[in-house]
Amino acid sequence: MSTTTTARRRPRGSGLRGREAAAGWLFITPVLVILGLFLVLPVIMAAWVSVSDWTGRGSPFSGDVGFVGARNYRTLVAEGGLATQDFGTSIRNNAWYVVLVVPIQTAISLFLAVMVNRKVLRGRGFFRTAFYFPSVTSSVAITVLWLFLFSASGAVNKILSYLGAEGPNWFNDPRGVLHVTLSAIGIDQPAGALGAHGFLGITWWEWLAGPSFAMSALILMAIFTTSGTFMLLFIAALQNISGEVEEAALMDGTTGWQRFRYVTLPMLRPTLFTVLTLGLIGTWQVFDQIYTGTQGGPSKTTLTPAYLSYSASFNNGHWGQGAAIAFVLFALIVALTILQRFALRERNTVPRRKRFNQPPPAAGDTPPALPTSTGSQP
Amino acid sequence: MHRPSRTTALTALIASGTLALTACGGGSFNEKSDPAESGATGSGELNILVWTSSDAENDAVKSAVDAWSKDTGTKATVNVASDLVQQLSQGFAAGNPADVFYLGAEVFAGYAANGSLLAYADELSNADDFFPTLRDSFTYDGTFTCVPKDFSTLALIINTDAWAAAGLTDADIPTTWDQLKEVSAKLTTADQVGLTFGAEYQRIGAFFPQAGGAMTNDDGTTATVNSAENVEALTYVKGLLTDGVLKYPADIGAGWGGEAFGTGKAAMTIEGNWITGAMKTDYPDVKYRVVELPAGPAGKGTMQFTVCWGIAADSANQDAAKKLVEALTSTEQQLANAEAFGVMPSVQSAAADWKARYPDQAAFLDGADYAVGVVNAQGSADVISDFNAKLEALASTDPKAILDSVQTNLQAVLDANS
Repeated sequence: MSTTTTARRRPRGSGLRGREAAAGWLFITPVLVILGLFLVLPVIMAAWVSVSDWTGRGSPFSGDVGFVGARNYRTLVAEGGLATQDFGTSIRNNAWYVVLVVPIQTAISLFLAVMVNRKVLRGRGFFRTAFYFPSVTSSVAITVLWLFLFSASGAVNKILSYLGAEGPNWFNDPRGVLHVTLSAIGIDQPAGALGAHGFLGITWWEWLAGPSFAMSALILMAIFTTSGTFMLLFIAALQNISGEVEEAALMDGTTGWQRFRYVTLPMLRPTLFTVLTLGLIGTWQVFDQIYTGTQGGPSKTTLTPAYLSYSASFNNGHWGQGAAIAFVLFALIVALTILQRFALRERNTVPRRKRFNQPPPAAGDTPPALPTSTGSQP
Repeated sequence: MHRPSRTTALTALIASGTLALTACGGGSFNEKSDPAESGATGSGELNILVWTSSDAENDAVKSAVDAWSKDTGTKATVNVASDLVQQLSQGFAAGNPADVFYLGAEVFAGYAANGSLLAYADELSNADDFFPTLRDSFTYDGTFTCVPKDFSTLALIINTDAWAAAGLTDADIPTTWDQLKEVSAKLTTADQVGLTFGAEYQRIGAFFPQAGGAMTNDDGTTATVNSAENVEALTYVKGLLTDGVLKYPADIGAGWGGEAFGTGKAAMTIEGNWITGAMKTDYPDVKYRVVELPAGPAGKGTMQFTVCWGIAADSANQDAAKKLVEALTSTEQQLANAEAFGVMPSVQSAAADWKARYPDQAAFLDGADYAVGVVNAQGSADVISDFNAKLEALASTDPKAILDSVQTNLQAVLDANS
C-alpha cells in the first residue's frame, strides 16, 4: 500500500494533478472493491435480512422476500417469548464473561509484560515465547485440550482432589458460581423483586447467577490464550519508554511501585486503551470456543449472542432474528467502546507531580502499540 | 519522498488491475457460485449429502449409490457432511443445494415451509409401503413430502454380565416403572450406576406416552406439555435421578448413553438401534440384550426417530433423484442397510424378514407399533433445545415448572404456524 500513499501524497502543483487524482483512484480501486464486496455488501445484506422475512431460500433480495420492519428486533428484545429469553440468557452469559475476562487478562498481560521486560531476567526470550504460545495455537485445539483438562475425571479435578477439594463437573455444571456462593451462605431463593422482575425475559435473580462452572472454564481459557497477545502489545509500549525517563524518576527518589504507578502506567495509557478495546470487542464476539466446545450447554449457560445468532440462522431458519442479534451486538459493542473511551479519557487537569504529561494526545486515536509523543522525549 | 519509478508504477497498475478483475470475477451473490458441499448440477449429475453415524453407514450408502449409478449411467457423488443442517442451510440460501440429502424429522417442517423441498413421496411406486407413523413425520400441510430412509425406536439395553452379577434373572426384566426403579437400584454399585440416558426430550419423552401423555393433541394444534400425565412421567424420572439410580451420561464422564453403557459405567441404558453398531465396533466384549421399555401406568410407550431422503426443489435433476431414492428405499436395499449398519427398514414389506434375521433386536421393531414421533412443528427445534437445557437441571427443578414453560413456548410456536 505504500505505493498508494506515495502516489496520493505527491507534491502538488506539478500541473499533473488531474491525472494524479485518476491514478490515485486507480490505485485504491483494488482495496475499495475488496472492501465493498466482502465488507460493505455483506453488511448491507445482513441489515436487510434483519428487517425482512427471508426464510433462507434463494437470494434475500428476490421479489418474494417481504419487509417486516422492526419485527425481528421486537421478537428479540420486547416480546418476552422464547427468543427474548434466549437472547437475554446469551447477553447475561456473555456479560459475565466480559466482566471477568477483560480486566483479568489485561492485568495479567501487563504483569507478564513488566516481568519479561526486566533486564535482569534471564532467558527473557524463552518466557516471552512461552507466554505467547497459547495465542498462536488454534483455538479449536485449545478448546479440545480444555475439555479434557476440565472433564469430570480430568486433570484439574485430580489436582483439586489432592488439595482436598471436590471439583465440579465443569463442562456439565450449569449452576452459576454466584448462586452457589450465595446458597453456601444460606441464600437459595430470590428475595422479593429480584425473582419477580427481570429484563430481556429472564429475572434479575437469573442475571445475578454469575457464570456457570462451564462458563468459568471458558473464562479461564480466554485469559490463558489471549494474555500472551496483549503482553506483546504492552512489551512494545514498554520498550518505547526510554531509559532516561526511568532514570529521572529514580533521581527523584521514587520507589519501584511509584515509578510503575506514576511514570510507566500513565505512559501506557494509549496501549491500555487499545488492549481494553480489543479485549472488549473480542470477548463480546466469542464464538469458536462455544461452537467447538459446548454448543451453548449446559442448560444454555454458555450460550453467547454470536453463537445464538449462528444457531438461530443456520439451525433454526430464523435468519431475520439471527441478523438482528448481530446488529444488536454491534450496537452494544460500539456503545461500550464509547463509554470506555469516555472513562479512560485524559483529563486536562493534570496533577503537578505527573511531570511527564504533555498536552494530551487524543486517547484512542493512537494505533496499537505505537509510542506516545511523550515516550520518546529526551 | 522519492518519485516512484516508472516500472514500480506500472507493476502496481497491473497488479491492482488484476486484483480488481479477480475480485469482480468472484461474482455477485445472486450467481450460483460453488459452495463446497454442492458441486455441479444440471449436467445430469447427482449430488448427495449425507450425515452418517458410522463408517459402516458411509460405505453402505456409497456402495448403494455407486451400484445405482452404474446401472443407470447417471453420475452420482456422495458427500459426507460435517454439520448437515448448516451445510443444507448454506446450500438452500445459495440456491444451489445438494440434489438428494438426509433430512431429520425435527427440521423437516422448516424446509418444507420455505419451499426448499420437492414433495415427491407420493409419486414413488412404494409410497404406500412405508409405516404410517413414519409417513406422518414427513407430511407437511397434508402432503407426504419425502420418504423415510429407515427408522429406529428406543429400547432398554441391559448389560447381561452386570445383570447376573446383581443376582437378577430373566424373570426380573422390568415391565413396570416400579420394577425399573427396583432393578436400577439393585444394579447400582460404587462404580456403576443402574440406569443412564441422555438429559434430553429425545429420551425422557418416551416416558410421556407410558403415562398417557403427549406433547401436543392429535392434530398438532394445541400443546399438551404440562398435562397431569406428563407431570407424573417427569416426576418419576426425577425420582430416579434423586434416588441416584439414574445418572445422565455427562455426569459419569460419558458423551452419550452408549458410551456410558459400553464402558461399564452404567448397567442399563435407553437408546435406539444405533447402539448396536457402536457396541460392535467400540465395545465388542460387552454382552447385552435388548428389551422393550417397561410400561407405565397407561401402558407401553417409546419414541421413534427417522430421517428422510430430501430432494431439493431447486435440483436440476429431479427425475434422476426420484429414481435414486426409490432404489435406495427398496425392500432389498433396506434389508442390506440393516445388515450393514443396524437400522430398521422403513417399509412394512421388510419388517417380517428383518425380525427373522435379528431376533435379538426384535424389541426395537416391536416398539414401532406404539412409538410416537418427535415434535416436528415448524420452529419447534428452539423449544425442544430449551426443553433439553431445562432437563439437564431436572434433579434440582420442579417438573411442573419445566413443563409449564415448555407448554407456553410450544403453544406460541403452534399458534404462529396456524
